[in-house]
Amino acid sequence: MLDDFMVRATLAGVGVALAAAPLGCFVVWRRMAYFGDATAHAAILGVALSLALSMSIFAGALVVALLMAVTVSTLSDRGYAMDTLLGVLAHSALAVGLVAVSFISGVRIDLMAYLFGDILAVSKADLLVIWGGAALVVGLIGWRWSALLTATLNTDLAYASGLQPRREQLVLTLSLAITVAVAIKVVGALLIAALLIIPSAAARPLSRTPEGMALVAAGIGTIAAAAGLYGAYLFDTPAGPSIVCVAALGFVLTSLFQAVKASQA
Amino acid sequence: MSLDQTTLVSVEDLSLRHGETRVLDRVNLTIRPGEIVTIVGPNGSGKTSLLRAIIGASQPERGQITRQVGLKVGYVPQKLHIDRTMPITVERFLRLPGKATRAACREALETAGVPDLSDRQMSALSGGQFQRVLLARALMEQPDLLLLDEATQGLDQRGSAAFYSRIEEVRRQTGCAVLMISHELHVVMSASDRVICLNGHVCCEGTPEIVASAPEYRALFGTGTGGALALYRHHHDHSHDHGETCDHDHDHEREAG
Repeated sequence: MLDDFMVRATLAGVGVALAAAPLGCFVVWRRMAYFGDATAHAAILGVALSLALSMSIFAGALVVALLMAVTVSTLSDRGYAMDTLLGVLAHSALAVGLVAVSFISGVRIDLMAYLFGDILAVSKADLLVIWGGAALVVGLIGWRWSALLTATLNTDLAYASGLQPRREQLVLTLSLAITVAVAIKVVGALLIAALLIIPSAAARPLSRTPEGMALVAAGIGTIAAAAGLYGAYLFDTPAGPSIVCVAALGFVLTSLFQAVKASQA
Repeated sequence: MSLDQTTLVSVEDLSLRHGETRVLDRVNLTIRPGEIVTIVGPNGSGKTSLLRAIIGASQPERGQITRQVGLKVGYVPQKLHIDRTMPITVERFLRLPGKATRAACREALETAGVPDLSDRQMSALSGGQFQRVLLARALMEQPDLLLLDEATQGLDQRGSAAFYSRIEEVRRQTGCAVLMISHELHVVMSASDRVICLNGHVCCEGTPEIVASAPEYRALFGTGTGGALALYRHHHDHSHDHGETCDHDHDHEREAG
């Protein structure tokens, strides 16, 4: 079964969607959308480094994404005006990454594969990395779930309950870097943030509790991955962007649902 | 250092900075079981900083804070904004971060005076309901010490009077100590065992009667705010015997009016 590239692609997409769902909820709740972008864009620089040092793309992307995530997280703790700073960091990281890739001689690199993903080329080994990373992210967030929620609501409430909000923030930072590293192959650096935010945002109108929202987001992400791939196959469109399009369609539908519900109330 | 059974929290010689500004200067304070202590003071006098230091949310510049081993703290923050992107019911909110049962949630809501809200969304609550839910959450784990930071913000006079009588009831039922910050001096004075007048440093402290007639208190709040005590007028200068001077601007306008 795993010999079929479509099956491998679907499994890869679903794996990333499952990790992105709970993490994406925190990205939405904490208004970290740009934070996700900066981390994902930095991963391109990681790809360049991996190619230069001929090491695994996953490891390179993970290290650079982690560095970026920790930097951004530290700066925001110190109270910098984040909007501009994140814009500078995100786009500089992407630009530097692109320039760095062009310096690497001897390898003909298909840049598009890293910017928009190359999900149809996912190997069995890639699958192992993706599902391993996804399991780690879901495990980490699941383990710290209540603490993370409390710290997200209000850091002082977390302190009063004997928690350390900064440590919880680190869990999210680490999860974000892992998700970026495993998702690069699936949707590419440019659309990782979309995969984090759109299913969670689409899940919001259908949810009454934080747990509910994470589960619905996982469902929407899974459907988007499967339907997006099928659509890409059917219409011969790029796979990563097709997945994001289906997720966006889901967002439009649930938003309409909310509007209708509100007008009836 | 460990505390004996008659002290819940001991704050010794606590100084705290926010960047360049010193917000607390050598503050001393002890809280004993079952007492209601109120901190009063003008804006920027370090009241919230003191409470945050007690829950461990900030690093003191000097001095120390000692909590009784295993002390359970219920905290009601000054502001709590729940982002609209987060769906959360009252019951789920009450169970953060612990693992309380439904029954415990119902009981806490009843104690806080809002028994029927379990399934409502936090974002759909009125200001008064929201405050009471915050109180209910603070009561969830049977705290030894309840910290309230202007918990009646946004309530009308009747609402806040009801809130404070609820606090006294909670204290009677559970025996927890209460340390609260309030601007509503008339209510506070009647509901507290002890009042601490803070303005970067502790200006004066004692029973409400003692504090209300203390020159330091009157310098901060004027004579018009003490209700019946307002008849008692008192002009003065005051200085404190600190090594460092604490820059505070005592408002004398009300005395003139």
